[in-house]
Amino acid sequence: MEQLIQQLINGVSLGSIYALIALGYTMVYGIINLINFAHGEIYMMGAYIGFALTTFLGLGFAPSLILSMIGCSILGMVIEKVAYKPIRNSSRISALITAISVSLFLQYTMMYFVSPQTRTFPEVLKRKSISLLNGKIIIDQKNIYIVAITVLLMLLLQYVVKKTKLGKAMRAVAQDKEAAELMGVDVNKIISFTFAIGSALAGAAGVLVGIYYNTINPLMGATPGLKAFVAAVFGGIGIIPGAVLGGFSLGMIETVVSAYGGSVFKDAVAFAILILILLIKPNGLLGKTVKEKV
Amino acid sequence: MKKNIIIIISLLIAYLSGQYLINTGIIDSYLQLNIFLIGINIILAVSLNLITGFTGQFSLGHAAFMSIGAYTSAILTAKMGLPFIVALIASGIVSAIAGVLIGIPTLRLKGDYLAIATLGFGEIVRILALNTDYIGGAIGFNDIPQYTNWTYVFIMTVVTVLVIRYFLNSFHGRACIAIREDEIAAEAMGVNLTLYKVFAFAIGAFFAGIAGSLYANYFYFIKPDSFGFMKSVDIVVTVVFGGMGSILGSIVGAIALSVISLFLQNIPELRMVIYSIILFLVMVYRPTGLVGKKDKEGKYFKGLRKEDFQHVSAKGN
Repeated sequence: MEQLIQQLINGVSLGSIYALIALGYTMVYGIINLINFAHGEIYMMGAYIGFALTTFLGLGFAPSLILSMIGCSILGMVIEKVAYKPIRNSSRISALITAISVSLFLQYTMMYFVSPQTRTFPEVLKRKSISLLNGKIIIDQKNIYIVAITVLLMLLLQYVVKKTKLGKAMRAVAQDKEAAELMGVDVNKIISFTFAIGSALAGAAGVLVGIYYNTINPLMGATPGLKAFVAAVFGGIGIIPGAVLGGFSLGMIETVVSAYGGSVFKDAVAFAILILILLIKPNGLLGKTVKEKV
Repeated sequence: MKKNIIIIISLLIAYLSGQYLINTGIIDSYLQLNIFLIGINIILAVSLNLITGFTGQFSLGHAAFMSIGAYTSAILTAKMGLPFIVALIASGIVSAIAGVLIGIPTLRLKGDYLAIATLGFGEIVRILALNTDYIGGAIGFNDIPQYTNWTYVFIMTVVTVLVIRYFLNSFHGRACIAIREDEIAAEAMGVNLTLYKVFAFAIGAFFAGIAGSLYANYFYFIKPDSFGFMKSVDIVVTVVFGGMGSILGSIVGAIALSVISLFLQNIPELRMVIYSIILFLVMVYRPTGLVGKKDKEGKYFKGLRKEDFQHVSAKGN
């Protein structure tokens, strides 16, 4: 029982990371219907920016987190302007391949500049842990930080999307691009803004994962990127609470599976759940079924 | 009729001259390796083109069928000592069965969802292979006898291209193209959607299995990670690069990409960077691929273009 609780606590931390990445996927998909495969790489870049700031400039946790989020949002906007804007009206498959090419470009350019070796992320947070139930369950300070920051960012996002004018415009563009444009919404600006927010969240996830696991490498974005996408689909792609639900569920399922002897199969379980969800409820757990019209 | 004779004669000349050049050593083993890889890539690209380009079902798990074929062939030749021709056909059949089993549930999905489901399936196959000790697990499958030669590669490539070409010109092939054009209209015309989607998927998987078998019995050694997500992406890229819905395109795409990566081998550290830039430029400036025509549909339905329906179908999604 204690082991299960301990694993669930770890799962919540892992799930926070997935949820942060999944939010970016889901927002971008919601607004331009593109599976942004490069999103995992933005997360990797976030980790590297955080690494550079803490190691070479000696900045603390909070400033490096914020600067890395800003850096990633700029990167996200640049990627959107340079790579995705020209293909906005082409077919799904060429959009997808463009996304894959951006992803490969970021991976291997980083590999060229920072070398493929794994680097150790500095300990910016002091090791401190709380033990519960006579030390049977240990909550590390890192876990608390990760979950707290994730929840904070999500509340902030929810506020921006639901309460501000910008959020209203985002929802309008997601619903119907042309109609939004006719109503005076600057669609290009909104798409840019969506990429900025999504990328900032991925950048935050990158810094947090660096702190949590202490190692980063140029290919670290590939698998979590795919899994976060699974999380986004799990909760219903295009739906913001869905991505959060999917991220946390996936993180917890994964840690529990690996705790009970299935560690080698944990990735397979994630994808099996994905297929199952797609077959039973293709619009995700929180998705609404849309009637097909000719 | 005259055209067929010309095709047969030119194929014979191509085969014999290839065999002659290999026998005399003018084509050295390095060049030979690349030619064989081109052949295998053509089989993969043409078979995926049937699924994605002609039937319109977006699959990101084609490498999984290749891996099923490769492992089947490896087990049959290395562990059971069966002759290669048996293993070759068996790996195609096993892959096709896998294609049917995967296809029946997943092909109900559409577009991006189908792509993700097939991606997930491909990853599951890879992880299962990684954790099965009988086939070597993560270490890989060693000591596979090298049976693949010019004759096998050439014949299988030609057979793949011809079978898929004739299939597409048949009644069933036209049903598949109709599904790509408009599922609802095709269904209204009496095309059994699930049947033809699964059918196309199974044929594609069959040839991907054959490609896997050729691959396994050429390289002595296979490992699950060679057939991961990136390999599936490579095959999709070949198809799109050459031109969706064009068999010639897939052949040209496979050759062009192999030649490009051959040249890029001299600069290993920048290889993938340049590859990704080329890919991006092709997608932006020539999204229909090298050979693909802008109005491919016009060939089948004169006067009507897909664009004419876009305002209608955009609402349907």
